[in-house]
This record gives sequence, structure tokens and C-alpha cells, in this order.
Amino acid sequence: MSAPHAGDPKPPVRWGTHFFLATFAVATLFPVLWVVKMAFRPEQTFATGLNPLPTQLSLQNFRDLFAAPHFWQQMMNSVVVAAVTTAAGVFLACTAAYAFSRFRFPGRRAGLMAFLVTQMFPGTMMMIPLYHVLDQLGLLDHLAGLVLVYSTTAIPFCVFQLKGYFDTIPRDLEESALMDGASQFTIFWRIILPLSRPAIAVTALFSFMTAWNEYILAATFMSDEAAYTLPVQLQQYVGDYTTEWGHFAAGALLVSAPVMALFFLLQRHLVGGLTAGGVKG
Amino acid sequence: MPAPPAVAAGEWALLFAAPLLPLVVFAVIGAMSASRRSPHRVAYAYVTPAMLGMAVLILVPFGLGLALAFTRHEHGAFTFVGLQNFVRILKSEGFALTHPLSFYFTLGVTILWTGLNVALHAAIGLGLALILREPTLRLKGVYRVLLIVPWAVPNYITALIWKGMFNKQYGLINHLLGLVGVEPVGWFSQFWTAFAANVTTNTWLGFPFMMVVALGALQSIPRDLYEAADVDGATRWQQFRHITLPLLRPALLPAIILGSVWTFNMFNIIYLVSGGQPNGATDILIVEAYRWAFEQDRYGYAAAYSVLIFLVLLAYSGLTSRLSRSAEGAYG
Repeated sequence: MSAPHAGDPKPPVRWGTHFFLATFAVATLFPVLWVVKMAFRPEQTFATGLNPLPTQLSLQNFRDLFAAPHFWQQMMNSVVVAAVTTAAGVFLACTAAYAFSRFRFPGRRAGLMAFLVTQMFPGTMMMIPLYHVLDQLGLLDHLAGLVLVYSTTAIPFCVFQLKGYFDTIPRDLEESALMDGASQFTIFWRIILPLSRPAIAVTALFSFMTAWNEYILAATFMSDEAAYTLPVQLQQYVGDYTTEWGHFAAGALLVSAPVMALFFLLQRHLVGGLTAGGVKG
Repeated sequence: MPAPPAVAAGEWALLFAAPLLPLVVFAVIGAMSASRRSPHRVAYAYVTPAMLGMAVLILVPFGLGLALAFTRHEHGAFTFVGLQNFVRILKSEGFALTHPLSFYFTLGVTILWTGLNVALHAAIGLGLALILREPTLRLKGVYRVLLIVPWAVPNYITALIWKGMFNKQYGLINHLLGLVGVEPVGWFSQFWTAFAANVTTNTWLGFPFMMVVALGALQSIPRDLYEAADVDGATRWQQFRHITLPLLRPALLPAIILGSVWTFNMFNIIYLVSGGQPNGATDILIVEAYRWAFEQDRYGYAAAYSVLIFLVLLAYSGLTSRLSRSAEGAYG
């Protein structure tokens, strides 16, 4: 079923494929449509029935959210934390990945291994000391604590991602630039970085998602409602005893929208970018 | 409730100074490397900022976590107890081996959870990628965009929505089952159904990653290989078995290894979907460790738990890296 052939397969086969893909896509989108439906319904119960399409177009849930005591503050918290994390993560990952890709230096293998091993540190193992460290520093309930933690969790994956991509850029370009007297930094800044824009965009997206979507650390380190990020607030709507599904859905939509938009913008690069990292990583 | 300003002025300074600190170090080392000629100075200048950040924020807490594992926590004070925590966990003290809170039971659940999820991710992802790469298929861009949607949804939202879907009274799943005459199922009151709910949720959110990786890898397989195989009269299955699969391996293997490490520590789904119900039986190791720390205040015990999780993953990756190296050797 996989091999490409010059001639078109027979029509029945093709219809079967479309039927399968369409069914699969609908099944996949079902939970998402459910969120949309509940967001635009002025009730707080879970929508029942089978129709995934919105039957009402009420903005009540969104109005309630915007009027909630700390909503805008929490939105700002999320935006700031995600933005700073992305900037720091991508910058640090770019320089490190460039070195790992282009130089052979003592400690290179060990460094790469160290990055890989950090992926295996269980979050709880870091969480307990971090909780105490942040407590000692007076950073519980402060965004700086979250930024510090998120940047470092994002970096290892970003480094692997970018190193894989840098590895695919031919060296001839740099060699001729060196001949022309360009400095190492000029090569990095003027040649490598511009050529890697798609991979950097994908890496930035992952960094952003790490911070924007993180829930448990934020919930553990932040106890003051005004210091919550949006995920922590949203989780509050889905309690054990009362669940405000309407408010949750509206909030979920607001939080997912930017990530979705970025995904669709970058989805073409996603395929190439990830694989380069995968093959060489 | 009095609401103090979340971000004080000093805090803002710190917020932006934190990422700047490595930058300063970067500049200093850069300047040094320009003044003195050493073959590796430039390389170190590029690596140092990230390494420094990692050292301070990952290695220090990691070291502290390791140290905590040898202590007992009582009323805010830690006392050194040697290997006691490890002994208690590994001897499963206080719990029968098959009790949900025993380390071995949870380890078994975690391994089952990881294996099942990764297998489903890889199978579904690869299957879809194979269908979607058909060059003459129409609308494949549309399908591809629709099918990566779950990846873009923050996973705590996914978890909470699926928790609602599996609700006994109003959930969609029971509604669907009701249409074919099945009585409402209390999904979270038995082990296997609760486990199935967790796996369903995680499969939904995880297959797009594998699909994208497989799509990318498939693009890099030269078309003429298949043409040559066609000329030689190879069947589609033979082509898949002897061309597609071996050439995909180098790209898929790292993704699978990384995927299994992530799934092994996939906190959000378990914590938010089944919440360990019934009686903590569906908890995986990382959730168990979290509960010991933040619900029981037994930080030392929880730290020892975490160290054991880390050791299990380290052993696993040692095993798989040997595996992937031998694969590389075989397929160059």
C-alpha cells in the first residue's frame, strides 16, 4: 500500500482511502469540536448528544472569563513566561547546537550525552529541590522562578533539534566565507542562522509550548491566584465536585488558539525540521 | 482576598537578568577567546552559556534531589537516614507486592503504559504517514493539517476533555455505548477500564508526532528504489519490508526512544484523567512520587522514588542506544 506507482490506482481503492482518512480525521477532531461547542453554549454542564457542531453562539462564557478577578493578570503571566522562555531557550540552544555541529572539542560527546540524560530526569526529582530552592530564594509565587525552570527544560530538546538541522547545511559555504576573511561569528550570524530559519521557528514553537502549556510545576510553585498562569486557572474550573465546563471550554479555546495558529503556520517546516533532528540526533 | 501585585519591580529585573547572565559569560569568554589563540576556545564560547544554565538549574537541583533521597523529612527538617528510603521502597515495606502502592506494581503499570502507548503511536503514525505520502492522493495537505491538531492542543486540556468524555453520567463514550444497548460504564472504578481511558487519551495526543516524523523520513527515501523493485517484480509487502522499514529505522528509532522516555514520565494524563483511580492503581511511577512528596510530605521517600525512576530510564536508554548503534551499523 505504500509504494508510489506511476499509474493511478483503481477508483474503488482511492474511495476507500478517502473514506478511511475522513473517518479518522472526524474521530480525531471530535474532542476539539466538543470544546468549541461547549465554549459557545451559555451553560456550565458537559454537552451531551452526538452532534459535535455548535448549536448556539453565545459569548457569555468568554465575558465571564474576561470579568474574572485575575484573568488579564494571568494572561499576562502566561505571555511573559512563555516569551522570555522562548527567547532564552532559542538563543542558548542556537549557540550550543552550532558548537556541537561544527567543532570537535574535548567534552563534546560528554556534553551531548549530558543533554540527553537530562531528558530522563523525572520532573518530581527536580520539583522537590526546586520547590525548596525557590522557597529559599523567595521566588515561590514569582514568575522568574517559572522562567528559570522552563528555559532549562526546553534547552536540551532544542539543542538536538537544531544540531540535526545545522548538520545538514553544507560546509562549503562556510569554507568559502572563511577564505573571504569572515570571522567565525559572522559565519554563524550571517550564514548559519539565516539558513536555519525554518528549524529555528520550529524550535521556538516547542520552547513556547513548553512554557505556555506547562501545568504541574506552575500549580505546585504558585499558590497566589494573581501569580497563576492560565493552565493553573483553567484546571480550577474542572474541580472534583463542581465543573464549569463552559468556562473551561472557553478558556481552553483561548489558550489553544495561539498554539494552533503557530502550528498551522509552521506545519510545512515541521516535517523537514523534525526529521533532520531525528536522523542525525 | 487581598491581591498583592504578582510581579514586583525587583522581580522584573530578575526575570530579565536571568537569561542575561549566561549572555554576559558568553561575552567574556568570547573576548578571551579572541585575545588568546586556542583551537577549542571558540567552541567552548558557544557551548558555555547553555551548559552554564543547565548546570545551575538542572545539575544543582538534581544533586539536591539525589541528596534528599538519603534523608527523612519531618516538620521542615531533614535528617540523614542513609539507604533507608531505598530499602523501604525496594522491599515494598508496608505493602504487599500486588498492592497498588507497592513499587513493583506501579513499575509494572508504568512499563505496560509506556509500551502500549509507544506501540500505538508508532503503528498509527506510520500507517497514516504511509497513506498520506501517496503522490497522487488528493487533499492530503488537508488531512495532514487536520491530523496534527491533537498535537497542538495543550495536553492538560486534552486530559480534562477526555476525562469528561469518559464520565459515567454525561460522558460521550457511555452515550455512544448506550446507543448499542450497553449499560453505562463506570470507567474509573475498575483498573482496566481506567487504564484504557488513560491509554486512549494519550494515544490521541501522541500519534501526530510519530506521523510527522515518519512523513519526513519517508520523503528522504529515494523513489527510484521502488521503481527498481517494481521492475524486479517485488510485491508491495516486500517493498515495505525490505525498502521502507529498514530505511525508516534510523529516523524512527530515536523518535521512539525519546517518545518512550516522555511517556514513561507522562504526568499530566494520568494525574488528570484517571487521577490514579481506582485506589491509586492506575498511577504511574512519577505520579506516585509526586503524591508521596506533595500529598504525604514525605520528601525524602519521594526523592528516593524519583532516583529509582531515573535509574530505570538510564538502564533503558543504555540498552536502546546499544540497539540503535547496532541498527546504524547494519544499515549505515
